[in-house]
Amino acid sequence: MTRQPIPAEAPEGASPGPRPIDLPGVSALGRFGLRLNASLGALAIFFLHAAARMLHWKQIPEIVHQIYFIGAKSASIVALVGFFTGMVLGLQLVYVMNKFGAVGFLGTAVALSLIRELGPVLTAIMITARAGSAMAAEIGIQRISEQIDALQTMRIDPLGFLVSPRLAAGLVSFPILTAIFDLIGILGGYVSGVILLGANAGSYLYRIDESVDWSDVRGGFIKSLVFAGIVITICCFQGFFTHLRTDSHGSKSVSLSTTSAVVLSCVWILIADYVVTSFLL
Amino acid sequence: MERPPLIEFRNVVKRFGERTILDGVSFRIYEGEVTTIIGLSGTGKSVTLKHIIGLLRPDAGEIRYRGTPLQTMSRAQWDAYIGRISYMFQNNALFDAMTVYENVALPLKRTTRLPRREIERRAMARIEQTELTEVAHKYPSEISGGMQKRAALARALVTDPQVVLFDEPTTGQDPIRKNAILGMIAEYKKKVGFTAVLISHEIPDVFFISNRILVLWDGRIAFEGTPEEMASFDHPFRDEILRSLQNLREDITGVYSARHFKMRYQTEFGRGGPEETYALLVFSFDNVDEIDREVSPRAAQETLRALGTYIGKHFGAVGGFTTRQTIGEFITILPFSDLEEARRILERFVADFQGEGLPRLAEEFRREIPTERCFDFAISAGMAQGKPLIELESVIEFARYGKQPIAAFSCGLRR
Repeated sequence: MTRQPIPAEAPEGASPGPRPIDLPGVSALGRFGLRLNASLGALAIFFLHAAARMLHWKQIPEIVHQIYFIGAKSASIVALVGFFTGMVLGLQLVYVMNKFGAVGFLGTAVALSLIRELGPVLTAIMITARAGSAMAAEIGIQRISEQIDALQTMRIDPLGFLVSPRLAAGLVSFPILTAIFDLIGILGGYVSGVILLGANAGSYLYRIDESVDWSDVRGGFIKSLVFAGIVITICCFQGFFTHLRTDSHGSKSVSLSTTSAVVLSCVWILIADYVVTSFLL
Repeated sequence: MERPPLIEFRNVVKRFGERTILDGVSFRIYEGEVTTIIGLSGTGKSVTLKHIIGLLRPDAGEIRYRGTPLQTMSRAQWDAYIGRISYMFQNNALFDAMTVYENVALPLKRTTRLPRREIERRAMARIEQTELTEVAHKYPSEISGGMQKRAALARALVTDPQVVLFDEPTTGQDPIRKNAILGMIAEYKKKVGFTAVLISHEIPDVFFISNRILVLWDGRIAFEGTPEEMASFDHPFRDEILRSLQNLREDITGVYSARHFKMRYQTEFGRGGPEETYALLVFSFDNVDEIDREVSPRAAQETLRALGTYIGKHFGAVGGFTTRQTIGEFITILPFSDLEEARRILERFVADFQGEGLPRLAEEFRREIPTERCFDFAISAGMAQGKPLIELESVIEFARYGKQPIAAFSCGLRR
């Protein structure tokens, strides 16, 4: 059988196919979109797996331990940050409100700012810095030293053993710490606005009582629960998949995972804050 | 009819990036046997074990458990399979935030419904068995590397698994504990009848507890068979084994242990043809019992040690290998030598020994006995020609029969 020669050019009359358009910016955006989609999908699956394994009696001792680590041990730093945040708010708002003769509304402004926005966001960021980074590093080290593989070989679900108790502890600790932040922050506003700058104490407390609604508190708690899910999932995810990093290996990968965990958590806290707020309002 | 394998690898391929680690690996592991995987570092031994436990998945080929491919197992089948297997990691993989006891008890706590006391009893039994009682409540970072290894071993055995995968269980152990661990594996196998897959560099020690040996070489199985069959294994890896044995001997006194001697004998002559010959020399320290009784056991031992070292090093230099056969007797094998050649080598040895070996021996002896005492000793030698087909014991017996004195020491005089 003889082989037909392949024509060098398209036969006459045939329409040429569409020429590919080279748009580097668009393809880069597409790649980023696909990567983001895959990462968010992986995070969601990771979260759901961990959440599904939270409610088991064998988890209770570890959940209590994690509440102590995430919650109790973060309380002092959260209280300190809350107090000074409240003081700064009081200070700034007294000067601003003085211009409009609205110092009487200082309590309203401080309390609502803290309960609806600053409390949940700053608490989540503080916990990320204190406990989230530690989680990412601890799980990362367990990954590179094959401790997670060892769990698998012992038929112990690594997600259930390492992530679920942290997630449960986060869901308990975040709202409590947020409440502590809010209360101490309001106290800080009182110290700077009323005690140091002379605003009326009765007006400060009355306005808080009058303006803060249950829906504000509920909204703050919803945010803190969402942030708990985000922070714990991102930090544990970064540690858990330390070994899959392509930019580094070993201890270097643990340090990079820890950095990524903190940075990504902070970014996603702010993004989620906007999204949740827009739903709540 | 051929036995059905418990675990079977069929043309398993595993690549990490551009690098092919397993390149069509096929072998079988049988129930109730100890299978040892040996090979040079980086040849994929640990990767092979990790495929069995499911930590890695093959890029091609399949792994079967009792004929069922692991890839096609249902969740329930997989759980049942993995529940029967235990894995001891090369780097121990102990939980560094848990004590030794907590590490050992963890699999029982998390995967069983046993009462707390029973968990404690079982965990402590394993801890005692591995001589870790005193460090049971210490953290892994507070104990030695050898102890960490034993803690990992205790954790691997605490669930009484049916199949245990040991990744270098004796690395970093002192000789006594190394033998204790190998002994524990052998005893445990006898008692429970479990199946063990072992990775070890402790050649030939592991051969004594292994039913089958697999040699991984260049991403493939280069040998699969019994330790005895390994002797006839014609491959570059065999030279590596011989070299390691050579080093082992030279590092100590020039004299092999009985195990290493047997291994060397099998490796040298296991694949030999019926016409291959060797010469066997027997050296005996004739009145060792008298010295032991009348002077001191130490005097007898030190003098024997000096004699063994001299014989081992002298014949080691010409390709021979020596072991201590009985209390006062050494045997040396000169591979591929006939009697005539052996006689010439022995004559040279006698001349050298009388010139420099005996004075050294006498000096060692004098150091151990009181100055006013006077003792004699004599050394005899015999030789015989052996063939791989003839029982080694018969050749030794024949050499003993023809023994003649080659040197004697009489209270400061030598003859």
